[in-house]
Amino acid sequence: MKIKSAKKALAMLVTGGLLAMAAGCGNQRIQADSTQTGSAQVGDMASQTDPESKTVESSLATEGTVKVGLLHSLTGSMAISEVSVRDAELLAIEEINAAGGVLGCQIVPFEEDGASDPSVFATKAEKLIVETEVATVFGCWTSSSRKAVKQIFEDYESLLWYPVQYEGMEASPNIMYMGAAPNQQIVPAIDYLADQGYTKFFLLGSDYVFPRTANMIIKAQVEDLGLTTVGEEYAAMDQTEFSSILAKIEEAQPDVIINTLNGASNVSFFKQLSEKNITSKELMTMSFSIAEEEVKTIGADILSGHLVSWNYYQTTEGDRNAAFVKSYKEKFGADRVTSDPAGAAYTAVYAWAEACEAAGSFDVEAVKAAAAGLMVAAPEGDVVINGDNQHLAKTVRIGQVATDGLIYEIYATDGVVEPDPYLTSYEWAVQAGIQPLE
Amino acid sequence: MNQIILSLFNGLSASSIILLTSLGLAVTFGLMGVINMAHGEFIMIGAYTTFVVHELFRLFLPRTVFDFYYLLSIPAAFLVSFLIGMVLEKLVISRLYGREVDSLLATWGVSIILQQTARSVFGSQGVAVTSPGFLSGGLKLGNIVFSYNRIFIVALVLLCLLLVWLIMYRSGFGSQMRATMQNRAMAQSLGINSRKVDSITFACGSGLAGIAGCTIALLGSVDSTVGQNYIVNSFMAVVLGGVGKLLGTFLGSNIIGFSGIFVENFTSSSIAKAIVLLIVIVFLQKRPKGLFVVRSRALDE
Repeated sequence: MKIKSAKKALAMLVTGGLLAMAAGCGNQRIQADSTQTGSAQVGDMASQTDPESKTVESSLATEGTVKVGLLHSLTGSMAISEVSVRDAELLAIEEINAAGGVLGCQIVPFEEDGASDPSVFATKAEKLIVETEVATVFGCWTSSSRKAVKQIFEDYESLLWYPVQYEGMEASPNIMYMGAAPNQQIVPAIDYLADQGYTKFFLLGSDYVFPRTANMIIKAQVEDLGLTTVGEEYAAMDQTEFSSILAKIEEAQPDVIINTLNGASNVSFFKQLSEKNITSKELMTMSFSIAEEEVKTIGADILSGHLVSWNYYQTTEGDRNAAFVKSYKEKFGADRVTSDPAGAAYTAVYAWAEACEAAGSFDVEAVKAAAAGLMVAAPEGDVVINGDNQHLAKTVRIGQVATDGLIYEIYATDGVVEPDPYLTSYEWAVQAGIQPLE
Repeated sequence: MNQIILSLFNGLSASSIILLTSLGLAVTFGLMGVINMAHGEFIMIGAYTTFVVHELFRLFLPRTVFDFYYLLSIPAAFLVSFLIGMVLEKLVISRLYGREVDSLLATWGVSIILQQTARSVFGSQGVAVTSPGFLSGGLKLGNIVFSYNRIFIVALVLLCLLLVWLIMYRSGFGSQMRATMQNRAMAQSLGINSRKVDSITFACGSGLAGIAGCTIALLGSVDSTVGQNYIVNSFMAVVLGGVGKLLGTFLGSNIIGFSGIFVENFTSSSIAKAIVLLIVIVFLQKRPKGLFVVRSRALDE
């Protein structure tokens, strides 16, 4: 009997110790003491009682600092793309801090890992807003992660700076869209391909909201141009086996593949495409989610000659870009490359800092009001934040991957293109009745 | 016609990959009744070993011999996974024989530890492994291109299958292994060191997973979660084929590989996966113990 009760006591002690450890183990970079009490980890989701806005002044952890959140996939299939975006944000924060900070406060970044899983993004977004009490969040890449956190930012009236190109059909008042809307990336790319004489389009994408919406837009546009869509295929997010899809592509005999695959599946697709002796001469591809970072991982020899559509490349001319690329390589290594989302994330941090200075406070409503119409000197050129839909007016640049691993511009629009996330100014889109999928 | 030949080849390729990843699992599951959830991580270890050999060749050896990194990485991957498997067996698995749920949980924990270790050492982004020159491109027969990568993988898998069969059915160690599998107590009383047999068998199973990782590196990117994509199919192939029989695993992998590819011809890949799972479920309803059942005379079977 004694042994039995001793065992019981030991078991309870160990369980208690484990629970205490679980409560204590937080995520990386929690520097200042959180204002919440310790056991918040487990009870987070349940404590969604009252989505009233918190006063942002409480985000000033200690005198003279301001907390911001960085929410990206640091692991999983999207890590190949998102880690460099997080790095660009850290670079911007370091530069701003070195120049004196924002409103005299040093920026303290708090990183969270979305793990390429939208539900994890939602949990971490709420943690950043409610527990860590950040002034603003820079984050997300996939549209599924953005959709997952959109309601949270709206409910808590916080602000997300989203640095990636996307499918449009959205204009949340609590998200600042630093990446291209479809009429600043997808629509001009299809127009360019049509001008170059491509007539048969094969649409290939990962199976989530961005490729599905993008393909809706592309199909309507292709039809309006009098051309044909010969196939539409979707791959799972972490798919590595593309033999069946390649067989379908070969059967459909397209002129060009419009590629909206995201993350590590791009690596598998292009490797297996090259296995079949298919280069850009036999079959051209136009990708919307492949930037310099992905070219590095896939291999420049496999991707050379293929086209991409963005608003910024590491090779884009301009003093601001030259300075950005130089500081990026100095901080992270000479073999690192900058890309459009990294440039947009860097711009986002500066835009937020400048909006706070203009507003004189970190309060979200004040920052938003100051951001409307704000011009920011960005690596891609001067950009202006549109106050109606929180997007940027951007130049569109079609690029081609070269054997040195960099992307060179082969076509650019004359000036900036105003953002039109709902494609209301395009008759074929209005006629096709394109609606948001979520 | 072209479509059918291409589908058959693709099915063969997919089945060969599943077979390679499940061979090791079949052996450990069949022999020791240990559910090894860390099996996917041995695949990852093999893939990262290939990357390391690739980098060593790229940085220290002249360009002319670069392509041979791949031939060296296959035994290297086997060796590294073998050793890590042996360590795992001595530390964790040996204490959990016969306790399937406990081994499931413990190896799940090990898998998380291994994934994080890989992230800490290699970074969380994927690493790039370029295919060796003699394997790039494809063989063009008529209108169809058969990629050399996949032909090589099929050949490698057949070689591994042959070796495993030879060891299991034509060598002394193999008969010791089969004896221990069929009746452990009797094998022990005949003087077979069952603990030694267990460690070596587990290590061999992990080594085979390492070789599978080598082939995975050719087909896509290598990151810390690469093993997770293959583990579900491996378990399905093992369960479908019947635990403990090589032929069963062979047939199980073929069923899953071919049906996946053929169904995907008509639908998208996500639906194809669902249909393959449905086929497996229906099959298991008819034959719950899988295709081939290892019958023994033990009372508790």
